[in-house]
Amino acid sequence: MSKRIELKSLDVYYKAFLAVEDVSMVIEPKAITAFIGPSGCGKSTLIRTLNRMHEVIPGARVEGQLLMDGEDVYGPDVDPVRVRRQVGMVFQRPNPFPTMSIKDNVLSGYKLNNSRMSKAEAEEITEKALVGANLWNEVKDRLEKPGSGLSGGQQQRLCIARAIAVEPDVILMDEPTSALDPISTAAIEDLAVELKEHFTVVIVTHNMQQASRISDMTAFFNIAGSGLPGKLIEYDKTEKVFSNPTEQQTEDYVSGRFG
Amino acid sequence: MTTQLNSSFRGTQDLPKWLSPSLLVGFFLASFGLQVLLASNSDSADINFIPVAIFGLLSFTLALYVISRVIEGVRKAKDRLVTIMVSTAFSLALIPLLSLAYTVVTKGVARFDAEFFTFSMRNVVGEGGGALHAIIGTIEITGIATLISVPIGIMAAIYLVEYGRGTVARLVTFFVDVMTGVPSIVAGLFAYALFVIFFGPGVRMGLGGAIALSLLMIPVVIRATEEMLKIVPNELREAAYALGVPKWLTVLKVVLPTSLAGIATGIMIAIARVIGETAPLLLIAGFTASMNYNPLNERMMTLPVFVYTSYANQGVDMQAYVDRAWAGALTLMLIVMVLNLVARLISKYFSPKG
Ligand SMILES: Nc1ncnc2c1ncn2[C@@H]1O[C@H](COP(=O)(O)OP(=O)(O)O)[C@@H](O)[C@H]1O
Ligand SMILES: [Mg+2]
Repeated sequence: MSKRIELKSLDVYYKAFLAVEDVSMVIEPKAITAFIGPSGCGKSTLIRTLNRMHEVIPGARVEGQLLMDGEDVYGPDVDPVRVRRQVGMVFQRPNPFPTMSIKDNVLSGYKLNNSRMSKAEAEEITEKALVGANLWNEVKDRLEKPGSGLSGGQQQRLCIARAIAVEPDVILMDEPTSALDPISTAAIEDLAVELKEHFTVVIVTHNMQQASRISDMTAFFNIAGSGLPGKLIEYDKTEKVFSNPTEQQTEDYVSGRFG
Repeated sequence: MTTQLNSSFRGTQDLPKWLSPSLLVGFFLASFGLQVLLASNSDSADINFIPVAIFGLLSFTLALYVISRVIEGVRKAKDRLVTIMVSTAFSLALIPLLSLAYTVVTKGVARFDAEFFTFSMRNVVGEGGGALHAIIGTIEITGIATLISVPIGIMAAIYLVEYGRGTVARLVTFFVDVMTGVPSIVAGLFAYALFVIFFGPGVRMGLGGAIALSLLMIPVVIRATEEMLKIVPNELREAAYALGVPKWLTVLKVVLPTSLAGIATGIMIAIARVIGETAPLLLIAGFTASMNYNPLNERMMTLPVFVYTSYANQGVDMQAYVDRAWAGALTLMLIVMVLNLVARLISKYFSPKG
């Protein structure tokens, strides 16, 4: 399953501060959508509104509409916890649970929610998620070892395995490779391309080569100055954004003239 | 002939390793000799060791500094000077500790025997008798205090770190700070006053002692737990939220297990802190010479109170009472040491492995 996400004039606030203003876009299922732009323009803020993770921060709120396959994510009786079960997230720094083994990390989406499962089921889910995250071969002999013993790149793939184990519809990644070396980065990029066969993938990156390599659609955000809100400047097919952008700002950014 | 590379890294020559320790020994011996000489001249027979130490240390410091300055240069001479100062300060800090341990052990062993751990003081005047009633009392009262304080303390800390916002949280923090400073005798009076309401004046009860101790323990547990919860990285909470885990389960299954080792250590320290309290227990648990296993009924002896009463109310055979007091003190110290050891083991086995 993968879902189509529709943002309708979305504004995001931190208390009174308007961080992202008036974003309208449609994120396609079974595709990779990249958010690019200079730092501070609100990419993380926006991606965190897609699974209501920004609500964890006191005072953060959203105005406008966010639809997932036509369903209002911010509707009055929507439970943010249920939203997050369908929209997985991978963070900038790998964050496996230090008290858990590799296997328990993969199963954490179930175990932390007190879901019961048979041993056979648990093994099947573990293997499937780790294979899906291209990590199975590296860890299959040490599933009971702590997850924090892995390398940074392996830890990040473990976090991806953890996210896909609960079979979400959407996977959000906020700069998933910015803390990793080039080889681990390549592994994650390959993985993202495989993931789009099953999921809607949204990836924030400040690495324009990465966006052009793996994404199908690219959204360029910019900020007019500090204290001002970030805005969606251009959203189009990745090829178009990188080779022949409509906006001058986009042209300047992708050609490396600022940012 | 070998050509020596002229390295810009090479400094001045170092003093040989044996020099500094042998200078130390030499100057202390010389200082001692001098004192002996002075003592024999002024025919006061005994030698005072304090001037020996001071004179030996000063002359050693001066000599080493001068030698080092001439041979090694200013920087290393300063380094040696500061090293001596720091080591001296450390030794000074250690002296009372060692002296205390030595005193308690040497005086405590006299009655540190099987009888001490198998008998109460019922019908004992003079020699013999033991502190079993006090040991049982201490274990029961401190145990109940722990059972009361740990859940309250941990839950309050969880509230403060994970949920508390605004005025209520600030008020709780303020009252925790105030409670940290409550003198233990006040805690004892509070427990007494509380029990008088239910049982009338003159009430004595082990449970009251446990209440008084938990009053002292709760703020310590809250503070320790708060610190441990705060250092759990926010990223772990976010990772759990992003998996669709509700907040309470995140706290229960991610935050608490990650900080468990630190919390356990904090609890052990809190126990060690209250197990030696005397004043509040004297007030509300009272003292007795007999066994009492029931904390809900009548007076209950505890180790600190045992030590106090043995010392304060010495009978005809004074030495027997004093010996028992020291043996009680030694037992208390050993219990605290065991608690510390347990805390270390817990933090070793429960901390997240990497
Ligand atoms: N927790 C927060 N509270 C208040 N302001 C925030 C918070 N997080 C981010 N911001 C502000 O929101 C704006 C966008 O930040 P962010 O989304 O992190 O940008 P990006 O990910 O594109 O670098 C910045 O001006 C930043 O200062
Ligand atoms: Mg960011």
